[in-house]
Amino acid sequence: MSGPVAAVEAYDIARSYPLDGLSVPALRGVTLTVAKGDYLAIVGPSGSGKSTLMHLLGALDRPTSGRLVIGGRDVAKLSAPEMARLRNETVGFVFQAFHLLPRTSALDNVALPLVYRGLRAGARRERAAAMLGRVGLGHRLTHRPSQLSGGEQQRVAIARALVTEPAVLLADEPTGNLDTTTGEAVLALLETLNAESGVALVLVTHDREVAARARRQIVMRDGLVVSCG
Amino acid sequence: MRVSEAWRVALTALRANRLRSGLTMLGVVIGVAAVVMLVAIGTGAKQMVEQQVEGLGSNLLIVLPGRVDFGAAPAVSRLSLSDVDAVTRIVGDRSRVAVSVTSGETVRAGAASRFTSVLGVMETTPQVFVRSISRGSYLSRSDVDTSRRVVVLGADVGRSLFGDRDPIGQQITIAGVRFRVIGVFAPLGQSLGVDRDDEVHIPVTTAHRLLGTSRVDGIAVKAPDREQISALGDRIVAELSRRHPDTEFSAVTQEQILGVLGDILGVLTGVLAAIAGISLLVGGVGVSNIMLVSVRERTREIGLRKAVGARPRDIGVQFLLEAVLLTTLGGVTGMVLGVAAALAVQAISPVPAAITWWSVALAFGVSAAVGIVFGVVPAQRAGRLDPVVALRSE
Repeated sequence: MSGPVAAVEAYDIARSYPLDGLSVPALRGVTLTVAKGDYLAIVGPSGSGKSTLMHLLGALDRPTSGRLVIGGRDVAKLSAPEMARLRNETVGFVFQAFHLLPRTSALDNVALPLVYRGLRAGARRERAAAMLGRVGLGHRLTHRPSQLSGGEQQRVAIARALVTEPAVLLADEPTGNLDTTTGEAVLALLETLNAESGVALVLVTHDREVAARARRQIVMRDGLVVSCG
Repeated sequence: MRVSEAWRVALTALRANRLRSGLTMLGVVIGVAAVVMLVAIGTGAKQMVEQQVEGLGSNLLIVLPGRVDFGAAPAVSRLSLSDVDAVTRIVGDRSRVAVSVTSGETVRAGAASRFTSVLGVMETTPQVFVRSISRGSYLSRSDVDTSRRVVVLGADVGRSLFGDRDPIGQQITIAGVRFRVIGVFAPLGQSLGVDRDDEVHIPVTTAHRLLGTSRVDGIAVKAPDREQISALGDRIVAELSRRHPDTEFSAVTQEQILGVLGDILGVLTGVLAAIAGISLLVGGVGVSNIMLVSVRERTREIGLRKAVGARPRDIGVQFLLEAVLLTTLGGVTGMVLGVAAALAVQAISPVPAAITWWSVALAFGVSAAVGIVFGVVPAQRAGRLDPVVALRSE
């Protein structure tokens, strides 16, 4: 499945956390490639290490061992500011709990990643407005999160994740806080954007039905990949 | 992140929590206001004292019996008019020598009466001290030589005894003895805590007879120029000590008085400003505390910002600017309040306020510095937060 240049490549990555002097493994050695335009689902029960894997794939964290290359860059060689820049340019996140800034308009929420890119307010707003239009919220630019429905909030979060035109979109239980119908619409939107813009979509979920929609499924248990489709 | 953007974010965050921001600022506001006000009043008081001492006249030397020192008991004077003559011989010019013998007495004009300071003086007083007459004339040498019962009234005394009537030529009694009013002083105000409009001047010889004494409380000499003051003082003290071997004499200059008073006021202002500074420090601790709370409360926001590409530095700068904004806004408010309070004190009391640009600049600089010093720890903590942990927090 992997194209000529992969969005993310992981070779035998492991991650353990120190706890009371002991090293507790959360991820025991995962090898995985996310190709450009890929659509894969990571499934598994809670505690299986799928969140840890997602944090690693999104450059929020570093593996304790193994080699992790995101957007062509080896994470082990990057400083904290360089990791931040990598996240800004290459990765987009969508969270279960939306994580929108309160008291901040949909437009400014979407424009937030561009703030850290040093763009001027005018350019930021222009791009954010266009992105909100693509997720069907062109008429909700000035609304605050508290004035939006759950589905709308998640659309704002998706727009924020994609406004930087990343190579990979990591969605952690994106429908977890939504009812079935709204969740279905959000998933459809993510799939459309994946197909249209070529952003690789990585869906982290414990919902087998949701996972079944992906092109590939990675099933995890106890920090290991048990099945790779 | 652009700096202008960081300011905007900090301002938005402060506005989101108006009450808390306001209360946190209050500590800095009070501290800065107190510093500005106390420095203004202290400086004003110092300037006022300087003006008053200089307003007495220039190149003055005041000769007193006893050691002139703070805490020393006032000595009983053994000076007499013959000592004054001896001093006059040293000075070589009678018009440069003034004397006084003072007593509190009741003065009456008809039904009106007033308790006031009666000063027995020589006709030279207006040449030595700064005193001007608004009506009539001052004492003459013959008034002094012949012990005439004539009096020059202080402005307040004249007004309370005679109201709007012209007191010149009128009779008053001092301690029951009749005097004729020959002059009224122009109002002068207070000088070193003494109301100089609440006194009357009579010839020193008349005063001696009235009070049944021959003492002179003090001698004042106006030196021809500044350079001669201390040498002249030494010669006068030496001569008086020779004449009264068992008594100590002191000659103090205006500069010495100013020096001592200036030191006292300086220390007082310093102590008050230091206390005010402590309150500024306490305000800073409050800012630090609130910023730490704010970092904890906004952990998820920090995690999110990091996830979308904020560097540790971006987050640190954001929180630092928030703290600096908090304290500088407090500083500016405190400055305005401090200046207003100083002006209010000036309006309702005789203490003038001197608002110096450096105290205002200092207060502003210090409040900004307080923001930096007390904002650094919370800002670093925010910047170092692990985004994974931050995103997970509820």
